[in-house]
Amino acid sequence: MLTPGLYHLLFISSALFFIGVYGFVTRRNLVTMLMSIELVLNSVNLNFIAFNKYLWPNGLDGLFFTIFIIAIAAAEAAVAIAIIINLYRSHNSIDVEQAEEMKY
Amino acid sequence: MNDFLLLMKPELVISIIIFLLLFIKIGKGMSNAGMLLLIQVLLLINFGLGFFKMEEGSLFGGLYKTDMLIAYQKNLLNLGVFLISLLFADWFKKSDHLAEFFMLMLSSLLGMFFLISSGNLLMFYLSLELASIPVAAMANFDLHKKIASEAAMKMILSSAFSSGILLFGISLLYGATGTISFDLLPSVVTGSSLQIMAFIFLFAAFAFKLSIVPFHLWTADVYQGAPTATSAFLSVISKGAFAFVFITVLYKIFQPLHTVWFNLIMLLSVVTMLVGNLFALRQQSIKRFLAFSSIAQVGFILVGISSNSSAGTAAVVYFVLIYIFSNLAAFAVAGTIESQTGKESVNDYKGLYQTNPFLCWMMALALFSLAGVPPTAGFFGKLFLITAGAQNANYLFVIVVALNLVISLYYYLRIIRAMFMDKNEQPIQKLMVPASVKLGLIICAGGIVLTGLVSWIYDYIQLLS
Repeated sequence: MLTPGLYHLLFISSALFFIGVYGFVTRRNLVTMLMSIELVLNSVNLNFIAFNKYLWPNGLDGLFFTIFIIAIAAAEAAVAIAIIINLYRSHNSIDVEQAEEMKY
Repeated sequence: MNDFLLLMKPELVISIIIFLLLFIKIGKGMSNAGMLLLIQVLLLINFGLGFFKMEEGSLFGGLYKTDMLIAYQKNLLNLGVFLISLLFADWFKKSDHLAEFFMLMLSSLLGMFFLISSGNLLMFYLSLELASIPVAAMANFDLHKKIASEAAMKMILSSAFSSGILLFGISLLYGATGTISFDLLPSVVTGSSLQIMAFIFLFAAFAFKLSIVPFHLWTADVYQGAPTATSAFLSVISKGAFAFVFITVLYKIFQPLHTVWFNLIMLLSVVTMLVGNLFALRQQSIKRFLAFSSIAQVGFILVGISSNSSAGTAAVVYFVLIYIFSNLAAFAVAGTIESQTGKESVNDYKGLYQTNPFLCWMMALALFSLAGVPPTAGFFGKLFLITAGAQNANYLFVIVVALNLVISLYYYLRIIRAMFMDKNEQPIQKLMVPASVKLGLIICAGGIVLTGLVSWIYDYIQLLS
């Protein structure tokens, strides 16, 4: 049976990262854009854990980094959602195309 | 224990001020004017305390370190925040949530302090988030305005995305080297392809924060939509702090990759200046104009950074000091006019000299300093940056930079011409400039004139770096 190695994990995390970037660039709904950013952050978490387990098992740097990233991502999402709710109140929509008061 | 208190003094003082404001806010209500006066006094004390016992040392096993130069940089940022509390008094007095605004601003400042003295990528990331998340909330402070919420949305999404990219870079760097400590990294950064890729991700995140072209697109919208005090904070304090830490990261951690980042910075510096200048030419909104001018100024900061020597560090710190005075003065004039009349277009400024000579002279002085016209300090700042950049004998690069200076002169003078020479039947009426704004503007004007002429300031910075 095939056991997952470093390359498998790195493949998944890179795929997640680029799916997140793609989603951030193409989606027009603010909440979905926020979800894409979470994908990027989770791919980073996976990266850290994989490197910590397979390459540098002596320290816990990667694990600690992951825990902090999870906490900060929650804080960031909270502020972002508060801002999006406020935007919804003034624009009656959470579509980025509707927020177009300022250009060039 | 003693060491702990003295070394972390700037951070501790800021934290105490934040808690004090919180307690006053949830305790009995204070009038806005009284609250503002209290905040100004506290920030002045904070600025004064900064000069008392600047020491060198590190804490928490190298997570936090400080030295004379870092303490000096923190003093500069303190000065900037104190000036902001003076200069935007007009807007602050009308604001419903004055204490909260300053709590957010000081939290962000606290993050910048930790950012400057971080000695580890974990600490670096945490403080970077502390420095950038509150600013997004500050950008949304005019809750009823449509463009404020749009600006805040652009700010939080782009900063979250850039921190995602930063983290991906850090994770690759960790995978390639196995350490996240600033002390150990330089010996293990060798320039393998994975490390160069990690470096490019890190660089992109810095470019987002410093609004280097091609990552500058959020800047103009955020500056225009956010309250002027927030725009001023973003363009001066936040730019300064990130420039300082950018220098640390490039000169210390990525010194082995010097050839890679030297070319990158040279190219981006020219592109940033050109784009900033060319877009500033055609702006009608004064805040948007100042946003593009600040993008162009970042291009000049990059010229200094490209020198890769202690002269570059000194030139950048000196330039940020001058930039604090001149850009804050320009934003303050724009902010005072905007908060009293709601006008912020260049056309509205026509004939301003007939009614408001004081504001006009201050704006003119600030713009001359930003453009780098000789008697003002801005000239000396640019001179040292370009001299530092010329150390690598890249004269073509320096010539392009000098040409950009000429372009920038044109659009700064356009504003001055509108204020002093253009005729207007209905200029903005005579405005009441509050005493604290006047005081702040006079401090800025003094700074703009004296920083260049008093030579020991530059000597002192050079001694430290």
